[in-house]
Amino acid sequence: MDSDQKNSRREMLKASAALAASGITTMGAAGTAQAQAHDHPATPGSENASPMIHGSKEQIEYGHRSKYVNSVRVQHPIGGRPSPDVFGKVFHVASPLQDSVGVITPSSLHYIATTRGSFLPDVDPKLHTLTIHGEVDRPLTLTMDELKRFPSVTRLHFIECAGNRHNGKQMNVQDTHGMTSCSEWTGVLLSTLLKECGLKSSAKWFVSEGAEEVKGASSIPINKGMDDCIIAYGQNGEALRPQQGFPVRIMVPGWEGIFHTKFLRRIKVTKDFYMNYNEFGHLTQSDKVLALGEQIGPKSVITYPSGTQRIPGPGLYEISGLAWSGGGTVKMVEVSTDGGKTWNRAQFKNTPQRMAHVRFAYPWKWDGTATTIMSRTTDDIGQKQALREEIADWWKVPFERDYRVPGLDNSVMPWKIAGDGMVTNGLA
Amino acid sequence: MALRKFAMRTPGVVAILLGSLVAGSAFAQSPTYGVGRTPTADELRRMDISIGFAGEELPPGRGSAKEGAQVYMQKACVGCHGVTGIGGLAPILRSKLENAETLPVWKKERILPLRAPSATIVWDFINRGMPVGLEGTLKPDEVYALTAYLLFLNKVIPEDQVLDRVSLPKVKMPIGDQYGKLHEFKSNTPRLEGYPY
Repeated sequence: MDSDQKNSRREMLKASAALAASGITTMGAAGTAQAQAHDHPATPGSENASPMIHGSKEQIEYGHRSKYVNSVRVQHPIGGRPSPDVFGKVFHVASPLQDSVGVITPSSLHYIATTRGSFLPDVDPKLHTLTIHGEVDRPLTLTMDELKRFPSVTRLHFIECAGNRHNGKQMNVQDTHGMTSCSEWTGVLLSTLLKECGLKSSAKWFVSEGAEEVKGASSIPINKGMDDCIIAYGQNGEALRPQQGFPVRIMVPGWEGIFHTKFLRRIKVTKDFYMNYNEFGHLTQSDKVLALGEQIGPKSVITYPSGTQRIPGPGLYEISGLAWSGGGTVKMVEVSTDGGKTWNRAQFKNTPQRMAHVRFAYPWKWDGTATTIMSRTTDDIGQKQALREEIADWWKVPFERDYRVPGLDNSVMPWKIAGDGMVTNGLA
Repeated sequence: MALRKFAMRTPGVVAILLGSLVAGSAFAQSPTYGVGRTPTADELRRMDISIGFAGEELPPGRGSAKEGAQVYMQKACVGCHGVTGIGGLAPILRSKLENAETLPVWKKERILPLRAPSATIVWDFINRGMPVGLEGTLKPDEVYALTAYLLFLNKVIPEDQVLDRVSLPKVKMPIGDQYGKLHEFKSNTPRLEGYPY
C-alpha cells in the first residue's frame, strides 16, 4: 500500500466517521468503501470473485487451518490396534511427517502413545499436584501455580516412540517414521526441583508416575534427571495438550517416548532400580540390546520425496528430511541419490539443537532414471547412523531382507524412485 | 519447653546456637525458593504405590492361590484374560506352549507372572493397573491372592503358599538373574561402548 492509497483510505474512514457522528446510517457508505478497497471483491459473477472465510466466534478465538490442508494422524501401525478403539481408548497414533515443514510438529499432529491403551484423563489443573519424595531431605508437593513460580527453561526436543521401526511392509513415511515429533517445551528443570528438595547422596534412580488410570511409571537414572530433564507444562507456546500430558509431563531428552511420563503426579527418588511395568516391557536377555533401548540413536529420514509420493518428472528437486539423535546434537547429514554408492553433505535449514529434530535438504537434479535415495546422520558424540547391512555385520549375523535391528531401530531408510517418479519403500 | 526457658534467660546464646544450626543446614542445601508444601507421611503412604524388589512399600495383607482363583472370577479378570489365564482378548497369563514345563523361561512367551524378575512387579502392576476400568480398587488381600494365583498358574509357587509383605519379595522367580542389566548412564556418551552406530 503506497502513501496515496493510505491517504485515500484515511479519508474514507474520516468520511464514514463523520457520517456516523451526524447520525446518518453508514451502511451504504461503508459497503461502497469496502468494495473499492479490496483487491478481490466477492461480488457474485465478478471475474475476480473468490470465496471468503466468514469470521466466526470460534475461528476468531482459536484459529483453524485451511480446509484445503487436511493432513492427519493415523493409527500406528496400519492394521494394528485402532485408536480410538471401541471403548474410546487411545494406543498408538503416528504423525504425518510426509506433510511436515520445518522442525516443529504442530501440537495437534504430535504423535500419541499410551502405556497400555488408555482413556485420556481430563485433569483439572487446579486440583492436580506434583509430589517429589523418597531419597530427598524435604519431600515437596507443588500445585501447578507453584510449579510455575520456579525459573523456567524453553527448549526444542523431539520425542520418539520405541515402536518407531521401519520395515518393508509400510507404505509411507508416516507409517515408517511417524512415531517421532518435535516441539518447543517449556517447564522447570528437574534439577532445580531436586535441589530444592535436597537430594540425598543415596539417590541413584527416580520413578516418574502419571495420573492416568494405569498410573504409568518409569525408572530413570538420577544422573539423567540432574542432567537435562524438564518438568514441562508448555508446548509450542501454550499449555500442554491433554494428549501430551496436560497439565504437566516430564521430558527426558533423547530417551524413548515411554520415559516421558504424562499427567505427572509423582517423582519418587530411590536408591535402587525399580522395575515398573514399562521396564518389564524393556526386559531382554542381553545387556547390549538393553543398552540400545533407552537413548535414541542417531537417525534421519527423507520426508520428501517419500513413499506414495510422486515426483512429476525430470528436473530440480530439494530432497528434504529430518535428522535427530538422543545422544546429543546432529553434526552432519549426508544424502545419497544413487543407492548408497556416493554420499553428499546436506545443508541444515535451522540450527541443530540437542536432542531435537533438524531439517536438512539437498538440491538434486533428477534425470528421470530409476534410483534409490537415502540419508544418514552423525551426531556430536561420534555416533553414526548405519545401514541395516552394517548393523548385521557388527552383530556378526547374516543380513537378510527382513533383518530386525536389535534395540531401537535407527537404521538408514531407503526410498525407491521409479522411472515414472513414483516413490516406494526401499526396504520392500 | 526447656529450650524456651533457657532462651528466656540467655537469649544471646540461643541466637548463636540457632544461627549455627541454620547455617549448618544451609551449608547442606536449603530450599532456594521456599515454594510448595511438605506432604504428610500419611499422604505419601497412600500415594506411594511403587513397589521395589525388596517390597518395603507393600501394605499388610495376605492371600493364596485358592483365594486368588475366586477373586479372578469375582473381579471379572476371566472376562478379558480367559479361564485360567488363556483365551481372552487381554494378554495371556500363562504359557500356551504344550511343553512349557521343559523349556527355559526365555523360550516361553512374555508373560508378566512368568518372566518378571520379582513377584513384587506382578503385585505392583495388578494393584495399579487392574481391573481395566476399575484400576486402584482392589484391596491388598485381593492383590496378594491374585498374585499368588497367577504365580501358581505358572508353577512358580505351590497352590497353598500364602503371600504377604514378607513372603512375596522372597518368591524365587524362574528367570533368576538371567536378564540384561542397565549400565550406568553418563551424559554425552554413546548408547553402547564400542557400538559405532
